[in-house]
Amino acid sequence: MSTPNLDIRDLQVSIEDKQILKGVNLSVNGGEIHAIMGPNGTGKSTLASALMGHPKYEVTGGSVTIDGEDLLEMEVDERARAGLFLAMQYPSEVSGVTNSDFLRSAINAKRGEGNEISLMKFIREMDKQMDVLEMDESFATRYLNEGFSGGEKKRNEILQMMMLKPRFSILDEIDSGLDIDALKIVAAGVNEMRSPERGVIIITHYQRLLNYIKPDFVHVFMQGRIVKSGGPELAERLEQEGYDWVKEELGIVDETVGHKV
Amino acid sequence: MSAFSREQITQLSQSQSEPKWALEKRLEAFAAIENLPLPKLEKTNIDRWNFSQFQLHQVDATFSQPEQLPVEVNRLFLEDHSNILVQKNDAVVYQTQKALQQGVIFTSFANAFQQHETLLKKYLFQQETAHRISAIHQAFMQGGVFVYVPRNVTVELPLQTVFWLAGEEAAIFPHILVVAEENSRVEIVANFLDTDAGAALSNSVIETYVGQGAKVQIATVSQFGDSVVDVMDRFAQVGRDGDMEWIVADLSDGRIISKSTTNLEGAGGHVDVKSVAFGANEMRSNITSEIFHFGTHTTSDIQARSVMKDKATSILNSITKIEKGASKSDGQQTGKVLMLDPEARGDANPILLIDENDVTAGHAASVGRIDPLTLFYLMSRGISKNEASKLIIRGFLDTVIADIPSAALRASIHETIEGKFTS
Ligand SMILES: Nc1ncnc2c1ncn2[C@@H]1O[C@H](COP(=O)(O)OP(=O)(O)OP(=O)(O)O)[C@@H](O)[C@H]1O
Ligand SMILES: [Mg+2]
Repeated sequence: MSTPNLDIRDLQVSIEDKQILKGVNLSVNGGEIHAIMGPNGTGKSTLASALMGHPKYEVTGGSVTIDGEDLLEMEVDERARAGLFLAMQYPSEVSGVTNSDFLRSAINAKRGEGNEISLMKFIREMDKQMDVLEMDESFATRYLNEGFSGGEKKRNEILQMMMLKPRFSILDEIDSGLDIDALKIVAAGVNEMRSPERGVIIITHYQRLLNYIKPDFVHVFMQGRIVKSGGPELAERLEQEGYDWVKEELGIVDETVGHKV
Repeated sequence: MSAFSREQITQLSQSQSEPKWALEKRLEAFAAIENLPLPKLEKTNIDRWNFSQFQLHQVDATFSQPEQLPVEVNRLFLEDHSNILVQKNDAVVYQTQKALQQGVIFTSFANAFQQHETLLKKYLFQQETAHRISAIHQAFMQGGVFVYVPRNVTVELPLQTVFWLAGEEAAIFPHILVVAEENSRVEIVANFLDTDAGAALSNSVIETYVGQGAKVQIATVSQFGDSVVDVMDRFAQVGRDGDMEWIVADLSDGRIISKSTTNLEGAGGHVDVKSVAFGANEMRSNITSEIFHFGTHTTSDIQARSVMKDKATSILNSITKIEKGASKSDGQQTGKVLMLDPEARGDANPILLIDENDVTAGHAASVGRIDPLTLFYLMSRGISKNEASKLIIRGFLDTVIADIPSAALRASIHETIEGKFTS
């Protein structure tokens, strides 16, 4: 297959008639890791959710293609099968559905009827990835996210990513709520996935995560769009100095979005 | 009931070679039908449901091999085929009996009236015919099965029964009577189905006497088509330290009145009610689990789940009554309805009635739809909307189905539900 490419152009998104994204431009290729940073309430999660097709978000303008195909025309499950993955900031709890049943359904949905993964192979693969993430084996048979602690949920999102091996992963604050050891483990999981076959978008507030997962590009999000881009050094400066200098440089007073129309 | 006469009731009774006292009970009930009211059901109007228009079909052919039975019937059997009784309309058409211990009875009523009359006289028709439907049952009772387990005997393999309705306007009135003596154990599975369209009525009664320290599990799986009015009235009386478990799968497509009543008489008795329903099209169901705590230290748990699709309606009633004197008792109940389509309807009515201070009790009830965010989450992993809904429904019902001990029974319930979901 050709090099993966996710291309976002002038993306505009509203929620309940309130415009949140105001023209996002971003192109991600296989092998690249992009970090998106930005103050609270500036639209980062909105971008992630809208790309995945969250039912509450309405795309009002712009275009997104995944490997040349129109992503926005696809249903949520088609987007996933086209290679998009979102590790959610707040994943749902699903009672009565075990983690492993869920993961097997997801893998088989991708592989298609008649090409289902054998149970043995699935179990072996799941054991292996749970080992990498240092997850207790009981998580395989527990109900999906039910009663998981904040950090356990994050690990479980990464487990899903490692099992599904998507072409594009968006990790929304995968580091929040993780202790330092867990952070290293999750970062190791992401690094293991790093390859020219895969692109990654990491949404984070902290340079700390980027010490473990070195980004190729760093973007600053404000007012529902990317206002500044650079290399890893940009993240370091944000960590030391905060966002005021960016606002000053760009003449931004209120960096949030959607409060005044 | 003008279509039927006393003579027909007498004939019915004679065809089972019943003793005179049984015929009298039938005729008493027959005479009472016109004057008795229909039962009053919470939020379900049954005035126009058909309880009295039916034909009594007679069956001639019997089967010597299970393979000769239609697949719909044959697929109901569990891994083990030792003890099976299949009744089609009025007659037993297939039966196996192996490896039953000394003194265990598992037989049709026709047989039981001849061989075990003393036992029947003690237990059969002892409940009041409280309303018109139960009077109709008592007058027309046909077949069914009598199970008796002597003291200290454990019946290792489940006793399996099938009640099979066939023919235009066909009706069945099976009666299941279970007597489990002190410290005995038995599991019974009762399947109810029709094989061709146009059948009218299944009006069945289950009566269970759980002796001191005995353990009885009865699973009923009903899957009638949409022409059938499916009424099942279950009763259990539980003695000291006895243990009753009801597993109720209401998977019929027509009209359903499904009820279980359990009296915890002796101290330390326990009952579990696990009830699942899946309704499609215009199915209407009223499902009641009712428990009376009389003995001290008695415990009960009702877990009821209904999934309603299309225009189906489910009313789930859970009633736990702790009587004065039943101290140190505990009654818990959870009733949940999941609606899949905008026109599906459901209601959960939790009722706790407590006349004793020194007890614990709790209830939870909910009526809702599939959470769109949960659906989004599952779909975001590549699972189609249809598959994702199936997973969620399976999960919703699994808190009840996962506890059903037989893997084959669990699989068969799942299969039926998935068939309905996809149709
Ligand atoms: N479901 C929703 N309903 C109403 N408003 C919403 C919804 N989702 C997002 N918003 C609003 O859109 C704006 C952007 O939210 P978003 O979650 O994208 O921010 P963020 O950049 O991810 O913030 P944080 O760093 O705090 O996670 C906020 O003002 C938020 O309140
Ligand atoms: Mg966010």
